[in-house]
Amino acid sequence: MGLRYLPMTDRDKREMLEAIGVESTEALFSEIPDSVRFKGDFNLPPAKSEYELKKELTELAEKNLNLQQATSFLGAGVYEHFIPSVVNHVISRSEFYTAYTPYQPEISQGELQAIFEFQTMICELTGMDIANSSLYDGGTALGEAINLSYGHTKRKKILVSEALHPEYRQVMEVYGKGFALEFVVIPHKDGKTDLEALKALIDEDTASVVVQYPNFFGQIEPLDEINDIIKQVPKTLFIVSSNPLALAYLTPPGEFGADVVVGDTQVFGIPAQLGGPHCGYIATTKKFMRKIPGRLVGQTTDEEGRRGFVLTLQAREQHIRRDKATSNICSNQALFALASSVAMTALGKHGAREQAYLNMQKARYLKGELEKNGFAIPFGGPFFNEFVVDVKKPVKDVNKALLKYDIIGGFDLSKFYPDLPTHMLVAVTEVRTKEEMDRFVAALKEVI
Amino acid sequence: MKKDFPLIFERSQEGRKSYSLPPLDVPETNLEEELDEKYVRKQPARLPEVSELELMRHYTGLSNRNFGVDTGFYPLGSCTMKYNPKINEDVAKLPGFMNIHPYQDEATIQGALKVMYDLQEALAEITGMHETSLQPAAGAHGEWTALMMIKAYHEHNGEHHRTKVLIPDSAHGTNPASAAVAGFETVTIRSNERGLVDIEDLKRHVDENVAALMLTNPNTLGLFEAEIVEIAKIVHDAGGKLYYDGANLNAIMGYVRPGDMGFDAVHLNLHKTFTGPHGGGGPGSGPIAVSEELAPFLPKPTVNKKDGIYYFDYNRPLSIGRVKPYYGNFGINLRAYTYIRSMGPDGLKKVSEYAVLNANYMMRKLEKYYELPYKQHCMHEFVLSGKKQKELGVRTLDIAKRLLDYGYHPPTIYFPLIVEEALMIEPTETESKETLDQFIDAMINIAKEAEENPDVVLEAPHNTIVKRMDETTAARKPILSYQWDEA
Repeated sequence: MGLRYLPMTDRDKREMLEAIGVESTEALFSEIPDSVRFKGDFNLPPAKSEYELKKELTELAEKNLNLQQATSFLGAGVYEHFIPSVVNHVISRSEFYTAYTPYQPEISQGELQAIFEFQTMICELTGMDIANSSLYDGGTALGEAINLSYGHTKRKKILVSEALHPEYRQVMEVYGKGFALEFVVIPHKDGKTDLEALKALIDEDTASVVVQYPNFFGQIEPLDEINDIIKQVPKTLFIVSSNPLALAYLTPPGEFGADVVVGDTQVFGIPAQLGGPHCGYIATTKKFMRKIPGRLVGQTTDEEGRRGFVLTLQAREQHIRRDKATSNICSNQALFALASSVAMTALGKHGAREQAYLNMQKARYLKGELEKNGFAIPFGGPFFNEFVVDVKKPVKDVNKALLKYDIIGGFDLSKFYPDLPTHMLVAVTEVRTKEEMDRFVAALKEVI
Repeated sequence: MKKDFPLIFERSQEGRKSYSLPPLDVPETNLEEELDEKYVRKQPARLPEVSELELMRHYTGLSNRNFGVDTGFYPLGSCTMKYNPKINEDVAKLPGFMNIHPYQDEATIQGALKVMYDLQEALAEITGMHETSLQPAAGAHGEWTALMMIKAYHEHNGEHHRTKVLIPDSAHGTNPASAAVAGFETVTIRSNERGLVDIEDLKRHVDENVAALMLTNPNTLGLFEAEIVEIAKIVHDAGGKLYYDGANLNAIMGYVRPGDMGFDAVHLNLHKTFTGPHGGGGPGSGPIAVSEELAPFLPKPTVNKKDGIYYFDYNRPLSIGRVKPYYGNFGINLRAYTYIRSMGPDGLKKVSEYAVLNANYMMRKLEKYYELPYKQHCMHEFVLSGKKQKELGVRTLDIAKRLLDYGYHPPTIYFPLIVEEALMIEPTETESKETLDQFIDAMINIAKEAEENPDVVLEAPHNTIVKRMDETTAARKPILSYQWDEA
């Protein structure tokens, strides 16, 4: 039972009670009013031995269909990528995973340096000046970004592309409620943010414009044209949510004029695990160095001139600012920022680009095969590793049928887009093989 | 500047690699033709180029320069640095839990949904609340989520004027920050001479504009708010709600439940009380459990069960919406669930019993050497003041740094703000009496050093791989990423 975690012996207990000067531990709880004392036992299952519990939970895990047992074409923000063995070996080192936030730099240089390296890699990929130590995930990172834009401009209108991940949009809307922000959706046109609509909607009350690159449909948004429109309005911030793997091949948002770039590093070394924990990032221009939310690691020296790292610019953070804070975040995703750092290191300069390239090539093959077999691909613009296919039947039913072929079909867009009732968002990563894709096309034809 | 340990970028050599990607097994298309040139990155991101062994040496080296609970005693007050059971890690890495996609058909993830459902129920039982949401990603996130629900509740009742949140002066900084981000104004309630909420001050500030009182019980001084029943009555009579910060739940499991004390909403730090590891700062998990009255406002979806089939329940018309993509930090929730099942009801009660016994034992041993501002029994943690040592010219920061030489992670320092030169000590239940005794001896030694040889404390640490850091320059001239041009 779990009592193996409790070293207290009867003798310890006797000696300790004597030192305190009480008869029993009960006396230590005497401040709790009797009227509210919990007198029963928790209605919870009794403790299980390590062996029994592991067996039970292994059986429960086996009730799930895992991505290794089927061929999956699901993406929509969470991707099945190859994870090098080194990642798990590094993050399983308990000096990392059993540590707290590195508030004592003398004994936390390992964590601090790892985060400093993570911040550097995120700057490199996004083309931005500053990145923080991580946020909960890509969706909440956007919530932080729009609150930052409100804090900067004191304006309340946020323009959001319809081609942004719908769940990210939902999260942002709740984040914005605290400051009573107003959200206006920029419709998509042919799978990309409608630039004419953006021009019509943007004005001097606009705090920020939010787009995704590549967007939720996989399409590559023309960030330069969007930036030109935004920069005609003083102060309005350009916020881009970006898949960092795509940025190993695509021009980074920083080069197109983005003010804030956010996203999720799940693509680097983090398993899907039902959607969390993953790892959000936020990167900005220098201008927001003292406004960016969350923890930052900086380089400095010790008393003897040795290079070292510390948590810095803490005056921004909630534990100092208290009710003046514009973000309440404390925890980050340090362990998964580490996982992503290890994965990015394993890939290196050329591997990251090669992986992105493989994704693009394989996705194009599948798109081509589907077209050859008569499937309509409604959005024709340049894309990364996802595209939309019209399967002419409710995707929910098609996916149920595909399961019989051990295939997990793509994302059912009708869940969020009534104008895409029979449309499937298909993701292809480097782990899909030609044979699997051919099998998918064949099965899809049979099913439909 | 001496560089004792290279950055990964300094290990990089053009042409080295440690990747092995699947092959390109499809006919290649010309991407340059398809994509406008402006979209194609000109300079590759400067990620490091190292071999696999060099990668492992680098990160193993970094781990050796880090201190975790498995390394040594970590009595960091309010952080509950208890042992992280290894079965939790193994369970979280089972392929059936680790490799499942959030958008898979519910029929294919029944095992995961059962874990979520059972954990929701278990947390409601442990806290004495009605319903749980596992969506919030960490404590502060849960705090803010619950406040957004309280806001939605009052607005639903037409009470838009309830814009005030009351917070004791002993509270953690996240409480006022969460309230501010949720759009409330905050009002500070004083503590009395026993370190507890000053009831008269509370009464002075309670009115028809109060949305909620945020309270940690035991509070951040490790003291139980004995007048909780009256506090709850005062706030409820004024139409406000009572919010419980679950950071200190480790003190009370099986002894008293927030719901029974009159709280309406609770957040839990699963990475504290329920052993999800701290991970060097995260990920955490911060579920919230609420009363029946607040339940309709929970984030959606929750997990529900019908005819033995588990499903995501989106049918929550009054829900505040979604606070996180997908369904929360499932991997951490799974660890917490494994822990609860390892401990069982009796085990969880013993956790709190021993956490409290350990803290009281240390407090009574140390009060002869350090000022103890509040004399009553503590719960799972206690706060000393370094006032006596300050008079000798030794600050609490120096004591903390000296503890590093003795091989310990120091306690939380300078918090709570209402205690001068505070040292906040939380031993947790997983430490043995020998460990506690050794730490007590180290603290006593340092108190003696402060009297007899203060320099040894003032110049600490002596044994660590780096000495005290120049934090002022770090903040004045921030260097937040690797400077390629200086290399």
